[in-house]
Amino acid sequence: MDIQFKLNGIDHKVDADPEMPLLWVLRDVLNLKGTKFGCGRAACGACTVQLDGAALRSCSLPVRYAAGKNIRTIEGLNGKGDSLHPVQKAWIEEQVPQCGYCQSGFMMATAALLDSNPNPSDEDIDNALTNICRCGTYHRIRKAIHKAASLAR
Amino acid sequence: MSDIDKKSGSWRVTRRGFLMKAGIGLGALGLGAYLSKGVVRRKIAEMVDNATMPYDNDEGPTVWFEIKEDNTVVFHNSKVEMGQGIHTALGQIVAEELGIDWAQLRVVTASTDRGPTDPRSTGGSDSVSSLWQPLRELAAEMRQMLINSGARLLGVEPAMVSAEKGVVKTAGGKSMTYGEIVQQTTEWESPDEKPELRTADNVQFIGKSMPRVDIEEKVKGKPMYGIDGTFPNMLYGAIAYPTVVGATFKSAQPGKANEIPGVVKVVIEDDFAGVVAQTRTAAEKGKEALEVEWNIPKRWTQQELTDMLKVGEGEDIVIQDEGDARSLLDSQDTLQSEYSTPMAAHAQLEPNGAVAWVQPNQVDILISTQVAKITRTEVAQALGMKEEQVNIQPMYVGGGFGRRLHSPHAVQVARLSQAVRRPVHCFFERKEEFQNGYLRPPTNHLLKAKLAEGKVEAFEHNVSSGDVAFPSPMFPAWAKPIVGADFGAWRGGRVFYDITNKRTVSWRARIPVYTSWWRGLGLLANSFALESFMDELAHTAKKDAFSFRMNHLGDNEASTRMKGVLQAVADATRWATYAVPGRALGMACSTDVRTPVAQVAEVSVVDGQIKVHKITCAIDAGLAVNPDGIKAQCEGAIMMALSSALKEGLYLDENGELGPTMYGAYPMLSLRDAPEVEVIILQTGDSPRGVGEPPMGPVAPAVANALFKLTGQRLRELPLKIV
Repeated sequence: MDIQFKLNGIDHKVDADPEMPLLWVLRDVLNLKGTKFGCGRAACGACTVQLDGAALRSCSLPVRYAAGKNIRTIEGLNGKGDSLHPVQKAWIEEQVPQCGYCQSGFMMATAALLDSNPNPSDEDIDNALTNICRCGTYHRIRKAIHKAASLAR
Repeated sequence: MSDIDKKSGSWRVTRRGFLMKAGIGLGALGLGAYLSKGVVRRKIAEMVDNATMPYDNDEGPTVWFEIKEDNTVVFHNSKVEMGQGIHTALGQIVAEELGIDWAQLRVVTASTDRGPTDPRSTGGSDSVSSLWQPLRELAAEMRQMLINSGARLLGVEPAMVSAEKGVVKTAGGKSMTYGEIVQQTTEWESPDEKPELRTADNVQFIGKSMPRVDIEEKVKGKPMYGIDGTFPNMLYGAIAYPTVVGATFKSAQPGKANEIPGVVKVVIEDDFAGVVAQTRTAAEKGKEALEVEWNIPKRWTQQELTDMLKVGEGEDIVIQDEGDARSLLDSQDTLQSEYSTPMAAHAQLEPNGAVAWVQPNQVDILISTQVAKITRTEVAQALGMKEEQVNIQPMYVGGGFGRRLHSPHAVQVARLSQAVRRPVHCFFERKEEFQNGYLRPPTNHLLKAKLAEGKVEAFEHNVSSGDVAFPSPMFPAWAKPIVGADFGAWRGGRVFYDITNKRTVSWRARIPVYTSWWRGLGLLANSFALESFMDELAHTAKKDAFSFRMNHLGDNEASTRMKGVLQAVADATRWATYAVPGRALGMACSTDVRTPVAQVAEVSVVDGQIKVHKITCAIDAGLAVNPDGIKAQCEGAIMMALSSALKEGLYLDENGELGPTMYGAYPMLSLRDAPEVEVIILQTGDSPRGVGEPPMGPVAPAVANALFKLTGQRLRELPLKIV
């Protein structure tokens, strides 16, 4: 079945099982590997993308629900050319990633948070960022979120 | 047993590691002593605790370094990058001795075809410490060969040229880049003399917090992990696994699997069954439709496991025995406590699996593994092929923590590929990660001590644990009867304080759950028991926990360094004068791979919930190659250990199944719970020491000791819960 959506600013049409989770469509059909599989139950956040600007765990969304929507993945987080998004810049400045596997999800969730709340408190961050990082980069993630907020201003 | 490699040079002397050396020592003592355990085993235990494995390299500089025409240098790293920053730290060493600019450096993980192939594994916190000497020598040798060849091409004597920033030049201004030299050099000749290495006053990268070489890729979502691997025409596989502990494959029927759209083939072998399909979704549906029968010899209960684990139930080996602890502790005024820790999962985010492409004479495997060499051997054996026909390409690892030190699934995925004659991508579901991998073993500890005049006169630690090293293909079967006890299980369990009468006994519990490597091995559990009990002794002796520890450390090298880190955290936290209402500080220390670490936890209790505000950590890292990298390793290890201290545990349910099997249900530390961390790096000595695991040790006891101060409750079981 053909499903149409906008992905990182470009119109796409894919032929896929409508029940296939959006994550596998992105990764296996469209070959965008930056969005990661962690659990398949929306419990870890590694697969976080933005759907119409809101953070969403793509492993648990059948792709038919993405029809007509605007999807953004880590590959589309930066602007045109080589310019980096403030979240990416902050992540580099604070040297956040270790293994890096969960970081696409954290960065997409952070970018969505900052779009709706440009100056989040620690409490706002705790409520919005429930992703899991097993390397334990939390300490640096918090610093980087505050830094990204100031870079974006 | 050491044999000289084809080429000369001291670093090329092949060393088989300390176990083999221990074997030689044992030979000299005669076979009788060899098998009589006792003294010899305790000596081995001491060696295992203190030694780091030498890196057994037999590959030359041109295997390690590939210099491109555009003058970039590709460093083929035998160690995998799993977040520990090894591409960066070893890259610094390479850039330093090779004489190149930071921007010239590219780091990739070596495939087994290309090499260099790591002789053992990436793990054990020894990648930097074991490669420190050989890698500097390799890079310096490469640089000297470039100088020699460059001088020849420029028509001058080697002594007349210099090499820096990847350029060889004469005083007169003639120059060639390394890239140009390589293009015009067909044969490389080892320098006659070993080139001099740079000294501490003459370095530009070593000792600096160079940014991670993988950082830009990682913020763009570009690195390729095992699960991101693809081959042309690839299919997706799913394999059926049992849910009950101890269950094995009996038989399978396709059921309705073949009717599911997208299913290409149902594969039923003697020892497993799986499905290969056009998509992962179809493969999973196919797997669900299989009718699999399992042999379930028994449904074990958690209570049976706990009973088996009690000190006194398993097989015991004395691994430390100084003075006369045993008889001194056989008295009425002996203090005694029991501690325990549960099983725990690695819970790394990237599940295990592999992408395999089996062709008639060639096998290619893309995989997140810490043991490429062992995986190659296992796949070759399973498929009846030669090792040279199997190429393992280790990918970026989405979290290691010991979970990639055995990769038997690579064999199964290869067999799926063999069955369909196409490449197959096959990875665990999350539930299978929890139930069908291996776990940190549960432990039970019995501690005894006797105080005399405010000091510990005698101390005994009994640790009972499931296996760690014994089930691993890395640990040769012949070594097991020699070492007797599983060194992984008792790691961090020997009493490191300078107490005259001390004894450690390792008890092996043969539990039915597959347990093995986990970050720090036994360090977390053993430190929790030892350092909580030390705190109990300080309290009973009415001494301050800091000065009590200092008073049990002498003037030998290890104790001096331990006193250094203890003093550093005491100073940083104003230990002596700290007074914040509603909060308390707790202290603990441990030593691992000869790296001492001390920590102070600042803790409060809000509505019965434990809140850790800050952990201050001092580590003596020896020479710090990348201080920010060390800091990141400390922060990460502290978060992982704190997650175990406060939340994690995996248990058998009434059906004999392990659970919980999903994030969330399996409780882990989150951003909300993450405390502030301060890291103080001390640098004693002129070579690097391991840092990836040692900071795991003091976290749980530091928090428990603070809670005792705060609430009067002595918590002797992980995860810590206020009652």
